[in-house]
Amino acid sequence: MAAVKSTMAGTVFTVNVAVGEEVSVGQVVLVLESMKMEIPIEADIAGKVSAINVQVGDFVNEEDTLLTIES
Amino acid sequence: MPFVKEADEAFLLGNAPVKESYLKADDIVQLAVQTGADAIHPGYGLLSEKADFVRKIEKAGIRFIGPDAATIEKMGDKIGSRVTMQQAGVPVIPGTDKGVGTLEEALQSAPSIGYPLMLKASAGGGGIGMVRCENEQALSQHFNSVKARAKAYFGDDVVFLEKFIADARHIEVQIFGDHYGNIVHLHERNCSVQRRNQKVIEEAPSPRLADDVRGRLHEAAVRAAKAVNYKNAGTVEFIVDENDEFYFLEMNTRLQVEHPVTEKVMGYDLVEWQIEVAKGNQLPESDQSKMGVNGHAIEYRIYAEDPVKFLPSPGIIQRLDWGQLDDVRIDSGYVEGGRVTPFYDPLIAKVIVYASTREEAIDKSREFLTNVKVEGIKTNVPFFNQFIQTDEFISGKYTTNVLNHFQLTAKGEI
Repeated sequence: MAAVKSTMAGTVFTVNVAVGEEVSVGQVVLVLESMKMEIPIEADIAGKVSAINVQVGDFVNEEDTLLTIES
Repeated sequence: MPFVKEADEAFLLGNAPVKESYLKADDIVQLAVQTGADAIHPGYGLLSEKADFVRKIEKAGIRFIGPDAATIEKMGDKIGSRVTMQQAGVPVIPGTDKGVGTLEEALQSAPSIGYPLMLKASAGGGGIGMVRCENEQALSQHFNSVKARAKAYFGDDVVFLEKFIADARHIEVQIFGDHYGNIVHLHERNCSVQRRNQKVIEEAPSPRLADDVRGRLHEAAVRAAKAVNYKNAGTVEFIVDENDEFYFLEMNTRLQVEHPVTEKVMGYDLVEWQIEVAKGNQLPESDQSKMGVNGHAIEYRIYAEDPVKFLPSPGIIQRLDWGQLDDVRIDSGYVEGGRVTPFYDPLIAKVIVYASTREEAIDKSREFLTNVKVEGIKTNVPFFNQFIQTDEFISGKYTTNVLNHFQLTAKGEI
């Protein structure tokens, strides 16, 4: 199980996956908006999304867990 | 924030997210009324190009330092402004003269324009809400997302198509008008060094521009301003292709971030001009023949961002030491110990280097930038240090795609 963490503080712009969905390495699972820019967050392991901790519009800090992937 | 400390009076607008403060037009107007302000200067971003904001200010009996609401509205509609400019005899990029509502319509219109093309939000601007499409497949892929983004960012999902001009330079002309029908240009700026369609270096005058083309650009910009009876400061942006053909891109109905390069080479204070015009006075200078350019100025936008990937780097500025050099102007929003938050644009300062020639300005830039010390956050200073030594920059032959093929050779730490 691996937690996908926020690389920086920002607002969740889009959530591109759903719980139960299979994702591959490098797939953009979520996009953050920070400093007027869109920051894609990629999955670093392949597997199934087991939990999503955030919603569009949520403010997150660096290192916050965004979602979890089970390999 | 140093600018808050410099102010005689300062009032808190609200929380850090712009929707809870800087975008609350009613609260801003109310505060201005309460404090007895005569006028509001809108700055560069946020509400500066919102016609409704201007109307609210004027309704409250306060002056808006900028053009009138109707002009802002007219130029804010990118499709409408294309039509206005065509009628005024200003060349525009081949494209659709009305919005494309569906993907089918877009795919039908595309062949007559030709690929690659730009899919753009009509209410967009500043590099946001546009995607380059190489072919039908790319257009199909991006159509709905650009539309959705246009809706999310600008509250309007109208999109249109424009031909993508390859190997182009982004050259813009500063214009100024008053309430007495005077309209002048304050020469041009080359803003072709961009990442993600956003400017990082601007210079005035533009290098590598033939005098006759320069003259025609200025003339076209004045014609554009006259077509909308322009008042106050504005900028007409053009795309200039490899054959020196130029096309109207958009008009910014406000002061630009990069206005200091124009101030340096012309010796005018543009904000002072803006205030004079807003007060109902004539332009401080309206005899075009007396408005020449002297020397060369280059502006570097210092961003809190990773110099390799250009991704933002918020945090606390532990150290901010600009070093020393005469004739370098620094417009900074931060001091040491300040926190760069994720709520705003990553621009932390503008460094404007002035010299009598472009060569000297580049030499001076190199000397200055290598001595800048910032700690705690990453900045793009290491990128500038390398980029300004490339042949492409030194020769002045660069186009808007110059940063697509530039790579920082070593990860610079500062």
